[in-house]
Amino acid sequence: MTGASVVSIEDLSVNLGGRTVLDDVNLEVKEGDFLGLIGPNGGGKTTLLKAILGLVRPQRGRVLVFGMKTEAARKRVGYLPQKSLFDQKFPISALEVVMMGRYGKRGLFGRYSPEDRDSALDALSAVRMQEHADREIGALSGGQQQRIFVARALVSEPDLLLLDEPANGIDSSRQRVFYELLSELNEKMTIIMVSHDISAVSTYVKKIACVNKRVYYHNSKELTAEDIEKAYECPVEMIAHGVPHRVLREHG
Amino acid sequence: MIEIFQYEFMQSALAAGIVASVLCGVIGIYVILNRIVFIGGGIAHTAFGGIGLGYLLGMDPLIFAVLFSVAAALGIGEISDRSKVSEDTAIGVFWAAGMSLGIVFVSLSRGYAPDLFDYLFGNILAVSWNDVKLISVLTLAMLVLVALLYKDLMILSFDPRYGEALGLPVRNLRLLLLCMVALSVVVLIKIVGIILVIALLTIPGAIARQHARSLKRIMALSILLGASFVLVGLVLSYQLNIPSGATIILAASGTFFVSTLLAR
Repeated sequence: MTGASVVSIEDLSVNLGGRTVLDDVNLEVKEGDFLGLIGPNGGGKTTLLKAILGLVRPQRGRVLVFGMKTEAARKRVGYLPQKSLFDQKFPISALEVVMMGRYGKRGLFGRYSPEDRDSALDALSAVRMQEHADREIGALSGGQQQRIFVARALVSEPDLLLLDEPANGIDSSRQRVFYELLSELNEKMTIIMVSHDISAVSTYVKKIACVNKRVYYHNSKELTAEDIEKAYECPVEMIAHGVPHRVLREHG
Repeated sequence: MIEIFQYEFMQSALAAGIVASVLCGVIGIYVILNRIVFIGGGIAHTAFGGIGLGYLLGMDPLIFAVLFSVAAALGIGEISDRSKVSEDTAIGVFWAAGMSLGIVFVSLSRGYAPDLFDYLFGNILAVSWNDVKLISVLTLAMLVLVALLYKDLMILSFDPRYGEALGLPVRNLRLLLLCMVALSVVVLIKIVGIILVIALLTIPGAIARQHARSLKRIMALSILLGASFVLVGLVLSYQLNIPSGATIILAASGTFFVSTLLAR
């Protein structure tokens, strides 16, 4: 890993519906990083991912991905949204859903090639869903659908993978296997993952940032108690080297 | 039954009906999947303004119906996208304004409007070979577009927000889809009329969806169903001397209810 810049955010502020969601955010993500984003609900984690994709317009500041503008970099980014809102009876097979991820390679009017199909089958194997390729998406369980959407994010062979609560809908018994899969993928690509499962984050990611309007980040896996208190505004489990221990101070 | 198709007007009616079924089968399922059935209704009714203008200017009303319906498609799409007006409000306004314009234009033309009723409720028996040519050209254009944009329309219909993250021009593609619906509406006006258009556009797809699993199969089944409804409606309306548009829609909606009960 050369440590080249993958995501570079400077002085970013984002307003949504008159509310400041992100303020004065600075963040550097390097090649090979596996960054976990934690923080309270409504703290701006999802918005931060959307800013990296160029789906929200910054009020101020600059976001560069692979040194390019966000829209131009999208082809190199795989994305798993927090919630995929879709019609559960939509007439589409798992394989067809995964192939959508190849859009960036084909563009508008382009046709899928046999190569796209092969890549989609490979992506399905990577999430161990190959035997479900021809099933309708609505016939799969929530956890299986989530794996299909991970495959869709992977199928473009991205250099950066953005995952928003990827373990949602996956049984707790299967989550370990799922996170191990992500660690494996991290050997080939940079990953930024939003999660509120702090213990999972602490075990599998390499670095952690805390997001609550601002981003608290020290380019490492450690956060200070001060960071966490600022971010969550209440006592939480603190993580260092994957061993959770409590911040003992309670509210009076 | 075969002998009634010796008549020239029955032949052109059948040709128009089959072309329209192909169009409904391909476009209708996108209308259903994108939940734009009522936008389609609004577009159809707005087209009545164009019909009225055609009468007023003494020109082919269908040409002006094209202009009005495309304007409605773009108008409803843009307003609900950009302003604080919700989509159903925009639909309601366009719907009523289009109908009102049509009525005013027709009354201003002071002329006799013998086939006005046909535009409202359809009369497949009055379809000319010229009409068949127009709807064939429009249908062909739309088939080419769907073939070229098949993958893109699939992404748009399935999950537009993810489409945006992929870089798909979601807004423009949606406006294009609405324009395709607008042109489909015009094709169908002669056959089932403004008021019943949306039924023929969506019912075959809605039934097919209950029985087929993939988009392509749904399209194929919709085309077969649409053609059957048109044929049944055509024969019944000729033999019983009842309005063709309503007969076609009753055949379609009757099948829909039976299919829905069976599919439960």
